[in-house]
Amino acid sequence: METALISPASATFWGIPTIIFSFLIPICGVAVFTYIIALRLAPLIRATPDARLNHYGARLLNLMKIWLLQYRHPRYMLAGVLHIALFAGFLTLGVRSISMVLLGISENFVFPGFGGILGDVYHVVKDYAATLVLLACIAAGIRRGVFKPERYAVPPRYGRDHTGEALFVLGLISTLMVTEGLFDASAAAAQLQQGAGGAYPAPASLAWFFTVAMRHASLETLQPLHLAAYYLHDLTFFFFLCFLPLGKHFHVITSIFNVFFMRLDRGNIKPVRHGVGDDRLDALESFGVKKLEDFTWKHILDFYTCADCGRCSDNCPANTVKRPLSPRFITIKGRDLTYKNYPLYPYGATFRKSEPLIGTIYEEDEIWSCTTCGACEQECPLGIEYIDKIVDLRRGMVEEGAVPQSLQKPLGALEKRGNPWGKMEKKRADWVKTLPETEPVKILDKKNRADTLYFVDSISSYDDRMQSIARATALLLKAAGVDFGILGKAEKDSGHEVRRFGEEMLFQDLKDRNTAAIAASGAGRIITADPHAFNALKHDYKDIPPVEHISQFLARAVKSGALSMTSLAEDREKVYTYHDPCYLGRHNDVYDDPRAVLDAVPGLKRVEMARCRDRSFCCGGGGLMLFYEPEEEQRMGVLRVEMADQAGANIIVTACPFCLVNIEDAIKVAGLEGKMAAIDLAELVEAHLNGSKQQREVEYGNSGLC
Amino acid sequence: MEILVCVKRVPDTAENEIAVNRDGSDIERDDLVYSVNEWDNYAVEEAIRLRDEKGGSVTVVSVGDEESEEVVRREMAMGADKGVLLSDDAFEGADGRGVASLLKAAAEKGAYDLILTGAQADDGAGQVGGMLAAMLDLPYASLVNSIEVVDDRRLKVGREVEGGNQEMNAIEMPCVLSIQTGINEPRYVGIRGIRKVASVEIPVYDAAALGVAAEAAGGAGAAVKRLDYFVPALGDGAEMLEGSTEEIVEKLIEMLKAKGGIK
Amino acid sequence: MAAQIFAYIPHKQGTPDDAALELATAAKQMAPDAAATAVVTGTGADLDAVCSAMAKVYPAVWKIDNEALSYPNAEIIRSVLLRLLPEKALLLVPHDTFGMDLSPGLSIKMKAAFIPDVVETAPIENDELKAVRQEYGGAVSTHVVCSVAGGAVVNVRPGAFQPRESADAGGQVTDKSDDVGDVSAKRRYLETVAAEVGDVDITKEDVLVSIGRGIEDEDNIEIAEDLAKAMGAVVSCSRPIVDAKWLEKSRQVGTSGQTVKPKVYLACGISGSFQHLGGLKGNPFIVAINKNPKAPVFQVADVGIVADILDFLPELTEALE
Repeated sequence: METALISPASATFWGIPTIIFSFLIPICGVAVFTYIIALRLAPLIRATPDARLNHYGARLLNLMKIWLLQYRHPRYMLAGVLHIALFAGFLTLGVRSISMVLLGISENFVFPGFGGILGDVYHVVKDYAATLVLLACIAAGIRRGVFKPERYAVPPRYGRDHTGEALFVLGLISTLMVTEGLFDASAAAAQLQQGAGGAYPAPASLAWFFTVAMRHASLETLQPLHLAAYYLHDLTFFFFLCFLPLGKHFHVITSIFNVFFMRLDRGNIKPVRHGVGDDRLDALESFGVKKLEDFTWKHILDFYTCADCGRCSDNCPANTVKRPLSPRFITIKGRDLTYKNYPLYPYGATFRKSEPLIGTIYEEDEIWSCTTCGACEQECPLGIEYIDKIVDLRRGMVEEGAVPQSLQKPLGALEKRGNPWGKMEKKRADWVKTLPETEPVKILDKKNRADTLYFVDSISSYDDRMQSIARATALLLKAAGVDFGILGKAEKDSGHEVRRFGEEMLFQDLKDRNTAAIAASGAGRIITADPHAFNALKHDYKDIPPVEHISQFLARAVKSGALSMTSLAEDREKVYTYHDPCYLGRHNDVYDDPRAVLDAVPGLKRVEMARCRDRSFCCGGGGLMLFYEPEEEQRMGVLRVEMADQAGANIIVTACPFCLVNIEDAIKVAGLEGKMAAIDLAELVEAHLNGSKQQREVEYGNSGLC
Repeated sequence: MEILVCVKRVPDTAENEIAVNRDGSDIERDDLVYSVNEWDNYAVEEAIRLRDEKGGSVTVVSVGDEESEEVVRREMAMGADKGVLLSDDAFEGADGRGVASLLKAAAEKGAYDLILTGAQADDGAGQVGGMLAAMLDLPYASLVNSIEVVDDRRLKVGREVEGGNQEMNAIEMPCVLSIQTGINEPRYVGIRGIRKVASVEIPVYDAAALGVAAEAAGGAGAAVKRLDYFVPALGDGAEMLEGSTEEIVEKLIEMLKAKGGIK
Repeated sequence: MAAQIFAYIPHKQGTPDDAALELATAAKQMAPDAAATAVVTGTGADLDAVCSAMAKVYPAVWKIDNEALSYPNAEIIRSVLLRLLPEKALLLVPHDTFGMDLSPGLSIKMKAAFIPDVVETAPIENDELKAVRQEYGGAVSTHVVCSVAGGAVVNVRPGAFQPRESADAGGQVTDKSDDVGDVSAKRRYLETVAAEVGDVDITKEDVLVSIGRGIEDEDNIEIAEDLAKAMGAVVSCSRPIVDAKWLEKSRQVGTSGQTVKPKVYLACGISGSFQHLGGLKGNPFIVAINKNPKAPVFQVADVGIVADILDFLPELTEALE
């Protein structure tokens, strides 16, 4: 398309052909960019291996869903929409951006394939895209600069505020849009003055407004404006390109990779070292992450990809109760350290020697505070992982002996007795004696066989209150006609938290012993009422029969009629709400089965809390977390109970013994005894069964002074 | 600083239910789990800290049967440099003085600046440290809850005394100290740590190697002999309140009011 | 029996410890016919006061006056006693932090036997002393026997024996100061650092709600505080609570903590180890609440309730309000 103005490819500035700049700027820009990227790749190369070159189909799907369709963004609606606008605009403008660079070299450059109709359509679309991006930038800028949403705040211990950087980048993007618009508009205005038609950019677009404004400007004004807009765009573009890998906007480049390589499985924990099987762990020099390069390349890529959006920390229960943990800053501090250790300036500077992370950028309590609930990973729109990093850091601390005293006793007890309370192994099955004599429970061994194994796990076996879950589960299985048995004293703790607290070898020991016991029992399937055991058996253990949670079994049984329930008089005043346990819901996607069971109870009123399903709020943690003494302003359980209260409920139903412990405790601490109660799903179903054997055993909310 | 720490393998009181066996000759040992004596563990941690601060080495020694080796090994996994086991059938039944004489022989094999023991162990006697010091003719301080190195020859130690007070003393090295719990926060030793030292050699010294007369050290030479174990008859004890919670609470409040327990 | 019995008398600021009177009882039990000698070290007016007091309880008193003995340094006193005590002497010492420091080494130097932490004794027969000790944190007891023909040092648990009434024993005070000899030692007393006072002085309280391991979690301490408030009492605790840093040391009742003399003492979730009960003096009305019906505390309590304190205490608080 002929322009009435001299293009940058042909212009001169004070006698110098500007085309020189059209070459110089890109060449320098790309050179600097390449240098920076090379330095950013260096830590990835020196990091430990990660097994991500697999399951390409699934990865591609993730990429489409989370990266391209920005599936997670609308969870925060306003920010999500703004970002989708920016992202869509960026993608759309990709062709235009490249064209812009090349137009300074060849004034008639047309992007391959964009010659005919496609080009014309694109020419219109791009104008609207640029306008949309600019409007989004302005909206975002006002939001960041004026309204300052809470989750972007930087607590003083973590350094300076990041708003400046955010506004700066919004400014850069806006500059790109404006200069591109001015470049087109100036040419269009000149063309219109020369009588050529059809020069107007897309109506009501940014460029269109500029054109209208400059309609009657003189050529002496338009020509320099045209060139200035071009070179300002060029400079800004390459400056922005080189600026990306310097801060949180690196995600513009790395997000596609990070999402492609993101975690596919849920609920599992990465092996100590990818490529090193469980049987060869002893040979490893060092366990866990102690210094930066002990992270895998994907974890360091995570550090690069953080967009500082704060969604993770906003949903982190530990952060909410003011424990010294903020997932966002785990990543930001990791990123800043990586940048510091692999400095860009001066050119050729040697990489810094890596120091231990704990005690420098991370504190011990920061890492022990995590309950591994997974809310952060669920929320992150960029596929950043946290749990594996926390577990790896814990593995490193365990190896150095830096385990809090409060955890050393239960770990020692788990090693010696197979349960964190140090109770005797032979008493593990004593709870069956508390059932009526007419309801014996089989203990599987050579003589007693059954196809179904009920894996009870430690808390339901030993804790006076939680034994009622074991009893209820046993009674329900019987009522449904299932032939089942338990392992008795051959059962050891599933080791779920042992692994997640970094004591990998103790976990391996427990796992091996349980696996052998399960095999010896001859069971063909496993049922458990403990989501932590469920998760461990499903994801951490190998070569064992399929395992399901009691809520899944109950959902089927209630639907098929194998179990039928009746309404109870006291239900009339009760409003129930279901609390999704982290290891049943978020980590294993079991949301509907427990709800189906509750809804099958005649006359049961149920409400949902605002935070439910994959946004459920952790009760405080299970397993070893019960023993840890965190620094916090409140208990997570107390907040959860208040959430139930706000939802209008007076009974909280949960399907996890640890949730029940934490919530019952929290009810007392919150002073809501008598007004709020908690009950386990199995207990509830058993109490509502037609012909319940333990009709009045569970006094709602009373942990039983018997 | 060359440090010797004496450790003992004992039944873990936290994770065991200690009961007298059928004939009263011992406690019921069938289901017991054992570990290093808690006080000794604090002592080893303190020794490791002193070594890390001042250089030198930490040697751990234990008197016991071959099963005691696991305890020595665990303390080495924690960070002690060397481990030694004093074991001989003849040592069976040794009392506190017997054990102290064996430890004296082991201590004389090296040149230690500091010898540490735990303040007490499973039998609650708390005597081995003091006896060892007297046998070696070294100064002694018990129930130590803080150690500060003043110089090559002197330490400043705090002893935990009545009322939660701390008695500060200056003591000359070489010396023997018995360590009270709470002096530090012992580091964790996991299965992996123990496996790492699984093949390290732990020399075993018997009576001959130690140069002690076998009969003197063992049960035969014990001055204090146990006749039996028993659990005292409950006697009067408390008046146990029975009934429903409400009834108990009511009765209790009555009693408390009578005794001036409620203002 | 020929050997002589001696009792080492601990004292502070001119007042003998309660244990001093308990030793007299123990001595009488072991050797009903023997005359026990009280051994008092120290200096100045304080020493004189203690010697006079002991003369009313013991038939004989040794006064050992020396500046170096103004603070009881076990290292010095050990060598002094070694010089002063006759061969084959039987020495009784309270099993307190001083006794733990002094006696094991002293028994070796004296070439005598040593029995620590004795809670019961029987009369010596044929040069053999039978006693009762506890092991495994008080879970079990054991009868022990020991020959005292060559002398013995016996540490007596404070509070295990009744204090002997002060009568007029007509004790002669003999000054042994000249025979003290060398008072140098390789350990020197510097000072005593007092435990932090803290916000509350439990030693002055009449009613204490005391918590032990049964409280399970730091957050549950509130339950005890609510009850204390309802009763007009104050919260105290046993050692594990302080070790876990849930309460300050100043709240600890026990031999290594505070000695308290309340009128009423609620032992909540406390098993009743002797180190804890050793801090409880006078004759308080003890109410024990514990999940475990076999807890040793039920032996010493006046009233016992088998319950989980986490459930019971709030009920009690509610009923009081």
